[in-house]
Amino acid sequence: MITLEFVNILMGLMFGGVAVVNLRDRKWTNAVFWGLWAETFIFGSHQPSFVSGLLLVAMVVVLVVGKLAGAPPERTSREEQEASARRWGNWLFVPALAIPVVTLIGTFTFKYLSVGGKPLIDPKQITLISLGFATVVALLIACIMLRPRASVPMIEARRLMDAVSWAAVLPQALAALGAMLVLAGIGPIVAGLFQRWIPLNTPLSATIAYAVGMAVFTVIMGNAFAAFPVMTAGIGLPLLVHQFGGNVIVVCALGMLSGYCGTLCTPMAANFNIVPTALLELPENAVIRVQMPTAAILLVANIAILYLFAFR
Amino acid sequence: MLPLLGIAIVIAGFALRINPLAVVVAAALATGLLAHHGIVEVISALGKSFVDSRSVAVVWLALPVIGLLESAGLKERARMVISNIKAATVGRLLLVYLALRQLTSALGLVSLGGHPQMVRPLIAPMAEAAAENRVGPLSEKLRRLIRAHAAAADNMGLFFGEDIFIAIGSILLIRSFLDSNAIHVEPKDLAVWSIPTALVALVVHGIRLLLLDRRIAKEKPDA
Repeated sequence: MITLEFVNILMGLMFGGVAVVNLRDRKWTNAVFWGLWAETFIFGSHQPSFVSGLLLVAMVVVLVVGKLAGAPPERTSREEQEASARRWGNWLFVPALAIPVVTLIGTFTFKYLSVGGKPLIDPKQITLISLGFATVVALLIACIMLRPRASVPMIEARRLMDAVSWAAVLPQALAALGAMLVLAGIGPIVAGLFQRWIPLNTPLSATIAYAVGMAVFTVIMGNAFAAFPVMTAGIGLPLLVHQFGGNVIVVCALGMLSGYCGTLCTPMAANFNIVPTALLELPENAVIRVQMPTAAILLVANIAILYLFAFR
Repeated sequence: MLPLLGIAIVIAGFALRINPLAVVVAAALATGLLAHHGIVEVISALGKSFVDSRSVAVVWLALPVIGLLESAGLKERARMVISNIKAATVGRLLLVYLALRQLTSALGLVSLGGHPQMVRPLIAPMAEAAAENRVGPLSEKLRRLIRAHAAAADNMGLFFGEDIFIAIGSILLIRSFLDSNAIHVEPKDLAVWSIPTALVALVVHGIRLLLLDRRIAKEKPDA
């Protein structure tokens, strides 16, 4: 059966390739940094967690001691790109759009593929595997069209990876921090602080505390999923649902959405807020700044919807 | 209270502009150690969740093909296409993308968008070209604002669309949390209550995008 391990190996090979291109260009720090990361993709499922943890620490040491080099210049000039764009016309969109199209097809059809009565592709991971598969198909189409030298896709991947740099690793490191905070018992502490410092004696004040608490705790953890069990066990269920008789479905749905308002405002949600600034060459908080006004209005809207419909 | 020190490290690190990856890993180690876990146990826990969350990196798999297409003029082509559509403005373009992203996410197709595969090669250059149509060459400040809005539209559409799909992670998390508290709910009921916020998000962010057009229109050409 094809499982998520297929995607992990694919990613490992790609990051390994990025390391090799850096090695060729004598960018030693970058080569070691990407090489260590690649190892955790290829062998991560088979080695002790302690080894993977040490590799992450080693990546940070390399990063702090060695300083990663920035991205190399593009291989083609703006004029060459314009000429190529005229020559290829809208065909250039075909490989790019093949990624979503093949992902879509895979998501709907892969579950019907089976060998000897067993599913060919892990049904729980269909979307991720489809996406991994789609990127390979897209690359094949692009290579057939453009006929680059074999090393070119990796050289291009290296240019973009080195532009994103360490920010590419941040989402995983934040997931690790979140797990550690849970392990250390952060949840009950935060819920306790809210209960102690905020008056929760009316449905409205408890609603505001729950929704704002979800947003704030999400800002801290970078992930509404981490905040939800804590705030709902601390305020949502005991007060909103049991004491004030709120509808549990409305409370939970709007609680989660209030957390999303926090996600829009925090650098801790690196894959949404930091990664795009690296990809688009923006200052670090540029995306958050644009999102904040909408997030604030939506938090107020969530509180209003929760309050108006949960206690009918 | 000691675990809160980990959070303090993160806030201090970000404020002092120390490399965020180093700060986050240091905070994770400190949090584990302060909670009286041994160093081997802490590093193992770190390694386990790092490896368990590898799938967030799947978007980077798009980079070889995106880079290859960029060097063949994909961004330039995206610009040319928009230059030929006279009705295109930044606000309208991003509003359409926001609505599509919400709609596809609501159908569970969250991987159709994303920053590396859609925003950088297609949406951002198109938005910039739409602005150039109106006011000519862009100032660096305006160019950055437009790019940031392109990234934000992707996030908004994803966040306030995905919860309408019944099999998405957040709905499943709510359900299993409630199950463990002996409360049983149907995913579809949770999904239905995500719709009002989704509509508010479309309207509020849509208005902001259209206001962005007015701001761009005020920008003088060659400013």
